[in-house]
Amino acid sequence: MSYTINVNGKPRTVEVEADTPLLWVLRDELELKGSKFGCGMGLCGACTVHINGNPTRSCVTPISAVGEAQVTTIEGIGENPTGKKVQDAWLALDVMQCGYCQAGQIMSATALLNRTAKPTDKDIDDAMSGNICRCATYTRIRAAIKQAAGLPTEDTREMA
Amino acid sequence: MSPRDLDRAPRSIGADTEGGVSRRAFLTASAAVGGGVMLNFSIPAFAQREGSAPEAAATLNAYIRIAPNGETFIVAKNPEIGQGVKTSFPMIVAEELDVAWKDVRAEDAEVDPKRYGAQFAGGSLSIPMNYEILRRTGAAARLMLVTAAARTWKVPVEECETADGVVYHKGKNKQATYGQLADEAARVPPPNPMTVKLKDPKDFKIIGQPIGGVDSPRIVRGEPIFGIDVSVPGMKYAVYEKSPVYNGKFVSANLDELRAMPGIRGVYVIKGNVTELDAGLYNGLTDGVAIVADKWHQANRALSKLQAKWDNGETGTRSTEGFVAKAAELAKGDYEKEIKKEGDVDEALKGAAKVVEARYEYPFVNHCALEPMNTTASLKNGRLEIWSPTQMPGGGKTAVSKAFGIPEDKITLHVTRSGAGFGRRLSNDFMMEAVAIAKEHGEPVKLVRNRRQDMQSGVFRVGGFHHLKAGLDAQGKLIALRNHFVTFSNSGKVAGSGNLNATEFPQGYVQNIDYGLSMIPLDVPTGPMRAPQSNTVAFVYQSFIDELAHAAGKDPLQFQLDLLGPPKQPVVNKGPFGEQVGFNNARMAGVLKAVAERSGWGKKLPKGTGMGLACYFSHQGYFAEVVQATVNPKTGDVKVDKVWVAGDVGRQIVNPSAGSNQVEGSAIDGVSQALAQVLTFTNGAVNQTNFHDYPLLRMHQAPKVDVHFVITENNTTGLGEPALPPVVPALTNAIFAATGKRVRTLPINPAELKSA
Repeated sequence: MSYTINVNGKPRTVEVEADTPLLWVLRDELELKGSKFGCGMGLCGACTVHINGNPTRSCVTPISAVGEAQVTTIEGIGENPTGKKVQDAWLALDVMQCGYCQAGQIMSATALLNRTAKPTDKDIDDAMSGNICRCATYTRIRAAIKQAAGLPTEDTREMA
Repeated sequence: MSPRDLDRAPRSIGADTEGGVSRRAFLTASAAVGGGVMLNFSIPAFAQREGSAPEAAATLNAYIRIAPNGETFIVAKNPEIGQGVKTSFPMIVAEELDVAWKDVRAEDAEVDPKRYGAQFAGGSLSIPMNYEILRRTGAAARLMLVTAAARTWKVPVEECETADGVVYHKGKNKQATYGQLADEAARVPPPNPMTVKLKDPKDFKIIGQPIGGVDSPRIVRGEPIFGIDVSVPGMKYAVYEKSPVYNGKFVSANLDELRAMPGIRGVYVIKGNVTELDAGLYNGLTDGVAIVADKWHQANRALSKLQAKWDNGETGTRSTEGFVAKAAELAKGDYEKEIKKEGDVDEALKGAAKVVEARYEYPFVNHCALEPMNTTASLKNGRLEIWSPTQMPGGGKTAVSKAFGIPEDKITLHVTRSGAGFGRRLSNDFMMEAVAIAKEHGEPVKLVRNRRQDMQSGVFRVGGFHHLKAGLDAQGKLIALRNHFVTFSNSGKVAGSGNLNATEFPQGYVQNIDYGLSMIPLDVPTGPMRAPQSNTVAFVYQSFIDELAHAAGKDPLQFQLDLLGPPKQPVVNKGPFGEQVGFNNARMAGVLKAVAERSGWGKKLPKGTGMGLACYFSHQGYFAEVVQATVNPKTGDVKVDKVWVAGDVGRQIVNPSAGSNQVEGSAIDGVSQALAQVLTFTNGAVNQTNFHDYPLLRMHQAPKVDVHFVITENNTTGLGEPALPPVVPALTNAIFAATGKRVRTLPINPAELKSA
């Protein structure tokens, strides 16, 4: 089947079967390899892209479901002012270890900040708990989201 | 190097790197293509001194290229798996070279043992094996540049100074950039790198600074730098399905049905080559069905329709229940093999004021690197080219060469960045599979495992059972310790990373010791996972020591300090990585005191909340950690509030940003393991398939982590692993403090922690 989808502001046409996940269209048809394969079941978030601004697991989103929607990937997120801030904060706080999950983390974080400019720790927990970081850079991800939001970077979660 | 060495490495490397280095060190210089100077620096590895085995006599070296514009290219020879070596290696060279960090470009190395010596990411060894070599490389190169300037200006070398890639002569008011001097420097006879003057660490400008990862700007833009991102012309995509039971033999499958599916270019049955499981790193190829397609999704879709029959032999009869039953049976008798016996435990127990007994158990777990195992291979006209995210490239190349009869000089192996490793990629089974498929299919292929395959076809962290008995005297002092350790065997030998050291603490600090092991046949690959062996043994021993402290009626911190006793001279031995400095009890006491102070150890906490303490020595690092945890009385759910870490890895933290990141990650990684990670076997197969039934810790569960380095006048050692082991017992000890319930089986079971 031929599909034309809008990726990072450009129409892209591909010949694939209808059940092909968007992730594999991006990676193997369009050579956009920033979105990562981790689980194939929407469990880890490494494949997160934006569909009309909403964070979406592209590994469980068939191309046939994309339609006219605007798809934004990590390769295009720097064009979004919030996305750029998030990328910069990630670098400023040296969040990365292996870096494999970080495209998905950045996509989820950008979607959060586009929705909630000044997130609480609870907002961060809710928005980011779909993204696994196997290296466990969670403390820095939390701080970087706050930095991108212009908030103090301390972890304010209560403890006994 | 054998996998056993990696398990031993934690205890054995480090030592003094100043003395004893061979005079055979040499430096070569030549003009670089496109201008500038290229420096190759070779010295025998510290581990490989005179008198050591010839096969260990490889050289280590580093490689510097300075362009006319001052850009300085420095090779980072070891695989980058997230531990930060691609940044820290160039930092060390750049410091002594005296260039500005902004002018440094980090470069990946080809796999070339002749040029680079050992190239691997394991054992937290990159820094201890290379710190001094890399400093000397930079310093020698700097001296050549200074010499070039001094000759040009006709001044003594000693009167020249350097800063940020510029040589100055203040008296004559002269200056020249390294880029300008590089051609001339290439003609200077290289100095003896072992006698070049190194900087006083107080003058460091790069080492010790928090410097961001050199690949990070590319990662935030989503550039293709991981193994799974490799794309080569004419490449097809492959999946490889094996029996869910290790080394199951192929019987039959619906191959023709798969061949008719969209995009499928080939379906092949590949026969394995494993006859015996080596106890450790696993480079085997076992029977499987290879599906090659135009696109990976097509191959994976066809895989979902595969119906294969396997002959799983004896391994197919095994189960977790069976292992537990067998361990209980073995525990009733004497151990099969003595590990360490000192004094007379039986006699001491007879006279003990108190005897404490406990049985500890921990499960098999999976590394779960987020980037699934993958490799791209191209075999054309007898030449093999491989792109692989591997931690042990040399081992992979050799294994492939042997298995497929391709001489190593006809194999080019490109090591890509790895989406984490944790030891999984020290084994190269996935590389073997990719090469086998490329050979069978005749076109370049990229093999990518799906998560289920990655979960079930692992080189697992091995499970185990410890049966402990200890005696305390009337003063609450530990006088005897026995451990009947029930572990697993592969091909009759202790399974990879499933051993117990004869020197396991408190051996050497208790008069009567009796350690021994028995084995349960496994025949499934197991091997190193972040802090191998230590990550399980620490849980057992440090939990049991906490039990003993409570039995003795003492504060756990005081009990640990009393057990360590007054400072002792550490033992120095020769071992696989050179001179080995053994356990230093004063350094351990130092981190214990530091973590107690930072955490406010002993402070009053609300009901249901507790603090636990543990310490462990591994990979030459001394770590003490305190966990504060809160247990919900109704559900038994455990919330880990905070982890305090104090670590001593010597006199220098090379990159404090990456270093503390490793420690934070290790602490949270250990919490993640303890809370939920478990693999179980039924009919020889792993039951878990993905992150729904093998949950990894997520953002909302991640505790705060306080990282503190205790700086001591000892050699600088690695940070990838040693912070992990103590966090697990610190957490289970915190649960005891919060609830009075002792966790002796991992993962933690909330149902057993309910009190309401």
